[in-house]
Amino acid sequence: MGSLVLMIIGLGMFALGFLVYSKYLSRRVFKLSDDFKSPAHELYDGVDYVPTNKFILWGHHFTSVAGAAPIVGPAIAVIWGWLPAFLWVTVGTVFFAGMHDFGALWASVRNKGLSIGALSARYIGKRGANLFLVVIFLLMLMVIAAFAVVIKNLLISTPAAVIPTWGAIGVALLVGLAVYRLRWPLVPVTIVGVVALYALIVLGNAVPVVIPESFLGMSPATFWIIVLFVYGAMASLLPVWVLLQPRDYINGVQLFVGLILLFGSVLTGVLFAANKPDIVAPAFNTNLPDGTPSLVPLLFVTIACGAISGFHGMVSSGTSSKQLDKEKDSRFVGYFGAVGEGMLSLGTILAVIGGFKTAADWQSVYKAFGEGGVEAFVQGGGALMENGLGLPASLSATVLATMAVLFAATTMDTGMRLLRFVVQEIGQTVGTKITKFPATLVVVAVGIGLTFSQGLGGEGGLRIWPLFGTTNQLMASLTLSIIAVMLIRKRRNPLPALIPLTIVFVLSFWAAISQLLDFTKPGQADWLLFSLDVIIIVASVWVAIEAVLAMRRAKLAPPEPDDEDAKIVAVREEL
Amino acid sequence: MAAARRRRDTMRRRWKAFSKGLHEFYIGPYRQTFLREKRDEDDMFMIAVLGEALGVPDPAAYYTAELMPAVWEDFHDWHRRIGIPRSPLDHIACC
Repeated sequence: MGSLVLMIIGLGMFALGFLVYSKYLSRRVFKLSDDFKSPAHELYDGVDYVPTNKFILWGHHFTSVAGAAPIVGPAIAVIWGWLPAFLWVTVGTVFFAGMHDFGALWASVRNKGLSIGALSARYIGKRGANLFLVVIFLLMLMVIAAFAVVIKNLLISTPAAVIPTWGAIGVALLVGLAVYRLRWPLVPVTIVGVVALYALIVLGNAVPVVIPESFLGMSPATFWIIVLFVYGAMASLLPVWVLLQPRDYINGVQLFVGLILLFGSVLTGVLFAANKPDIVAPAFNTNLPDGTPSLVPLLFVTIACGAISGFHGMVSSGTSSKQLDKEKDSRFVGYFGAVGEGMLSLGTILAVIGGFKTAADWQSVYKAFGEGGVEAFVQGGGALMENGLGLPASLSATVLATMAVLFAATTMDTGMRLLRFVVQEIGQTVGTKITKFPATLVVVAVGIGLTFSQGLGGEGGLRIWPLFGTTNQLMASLTLSIIAVMLIRKRRNPLPALIPLTIVFVLSFWAAISQLLDFTKPGQADWLLFSLDVIIIVASVWVAIEAVLAMRRAKLAPPEPDDEDAKIVAVREEL
Repeated sequence: MAAARRRRDTMRRRWKAFSKGLHEFYIGPYRQTFLREKRDEDDMFMIAVLGEALGVPDPAAYYTAELMPAVWEDFHDWHRRIGIPRSPLDHIACC
C-alpha cells in the first residue's frame, strides 16, 4: 500500500508543479507570448531551426535528457532512507529542475536559440564561456568512464541481459537498414523492432551468458570494459543512420514502455495482487554502513538527473530551443520534460524500496555506499513487476537490466562522439588538424586510462561518479545564474531562479570540499580525483564571482524594455 | 452509413497523424547530421564536375562537362561556402 501512496503523492506533486507553478512562471516570470517569433520561424533553415509539434519535441527532449543517471542516482541515494531521496526528487523536480530546464529553454529562445555556452559569454563574460569548455570536457569524460563500469556491473550481475544488450545492436542495424535501404514504412518496422527486442529479452533470460573467471587472460570485469570501449569507438565512428539513430529511436520507444510497465505494476500490484507490495526500506536509515558519507550535502549531488541537472540546460539550449514552434510551448517541453525525468527517478525509488521482501533483504543489498545502485533497481523493480504484472521475477529483472544497459550504452557512445569533437576542436585551437580516427583513439585511451586508474576491475570509473554530480550541478548553477541575470535586467522577480541557484551552488560546493578532504586521507589518498576536484572547486568559485558581478551590473543598468528581445542583434557571428 | 464513414475518416486521419509523428520522432534528432552529410557529398560532386574548369587535370572531364549546367544553380552557394568570396570562374559570373 505504501508504494501506491508514495506514487500518488509523487505524481500529484508533479501534476501540481506543472499545473500551478509552471503556469506562474510562464505568466508572471517569463511572460511567454505567442506574438514572439521563435528562432525556429525567424531563422528557419530546415536543418537546425525547424518548428516542431510540441508533443514530438517533448519526446525528443525527454529521451535526450533521460539516460542512466536518473536510475543510478536515486538507486544509490536511498541508502540514507527513502524519505530524503523522495523529497529531493519531488521538490527538486518541481522547484529546481522544472525552473532550470524551462528557464534555459526560454533564455535560449529569447536569444536566437544560442547555447548556454554562448549565453554565458553574453551575460556573464568570455571567461565564463572558457570555463564551460573545461566543464563539458570533464563531464563527458566522467560519463564514458562511469557508464562503462555501470554497464559492466550489470552484465556481470545479470547474465541474462547479455544477449538482449548485444542483440539490441543487431535489431538497431536491421531497423536502420529497413527504413533507409529497403524504405519500409516506419510503423510496422517499429512494432517488429520492439517485439524483436522483447523476444531477445526472453531468449536472454533462458540463456544467461556468464563469462568464465579468466577469459582470454582477463577477468570478466576487464573483458567487458575493453569490449565496451571498442564498441563505443566503433559506434561513434559509424555513419549515424547505421546504428546510432535507429538505436536511439528504439530506446526512446523502450523508455515509454518501461515507464508504463513500472508504474503499472505498482498500481496493479496494490489493487489486484495477493501480496500487496510494501515499503521495506526505512524512511531514514539510522543503520548506515561504514564509510557512508553524510546525507547533507552528498544526497544533493548523488541525485542530479531527476532532481536538477546541468546537462538538461545543454539539451534545452542546444537543440530543443531551435525547434520550438511557439514560445508558449516551452512550458510543456521544458517543464514537463523535467517532470518526465522526475517520474523516471520516482519509479526507480519505488523499485528500490518496495521491491524487497524484508528489511533485512534490503539491508543486505545496501551493505556499503555505492553498492545498491542499478543492481538494486533491477532486483527490486523485477520483484515489483512479478507481483504486479505476473511476469516471472527473473524475466522482469532482465527487462529492467536491458533497459538500464541500453540507456547507459546510448549515453556512452554519444559521449564518446561528443568527446571526439572536443578533441578535434582542441586540435584546431593549437593549430593541428586531428582526423576522426586519431581523435577517437585519444578518447578511448583517456577513457580506458581513467576507468583502469584504480585497478583492472574498473574501480576508477565509478569512483568519480560523485564528482559527476558536483560538476553537473555546477553547470546547473551557471545556467540558473544566466536566467537570474536576464530576469534582473528585465526587472522581473528573480527569486524563482536565485533560490535554487543559491541552494544548488552551496550544496555542490560543500560536497566538492568534503570530497576533497576525503581524497587526501592518509592511506587512501587519491591524487587523480583530488586534482579533478580542485579544478571543479576553482571553476565554481570563478563562476560564483563572475555571476555575482554580472548580477550587480544588471541591477545597476537601466531596466531592459519589454520589446528589447525583438531588437537583439544575433551575436552568433561575433562569437 | 455516413457515421461509419465519418468514423473511418477520423480513424484514418488520426493514424496518419500518428504515423507522421512517429516518423518525426525517428528523424528529428538526426536531421541536421543527414543534411550536413548530403551537403558534403554535393560539394564533392561539385569539385568532380568543375575540376577541369578550376585547373585540375581530370581524365573524366569529357563526361563531367555535360553535368555542368546541373550544378550552376548551386555554384554561388558552393564557392562562398568553401571560402571563395567571388566566383573563381570567368564563364560563370554569379556575383
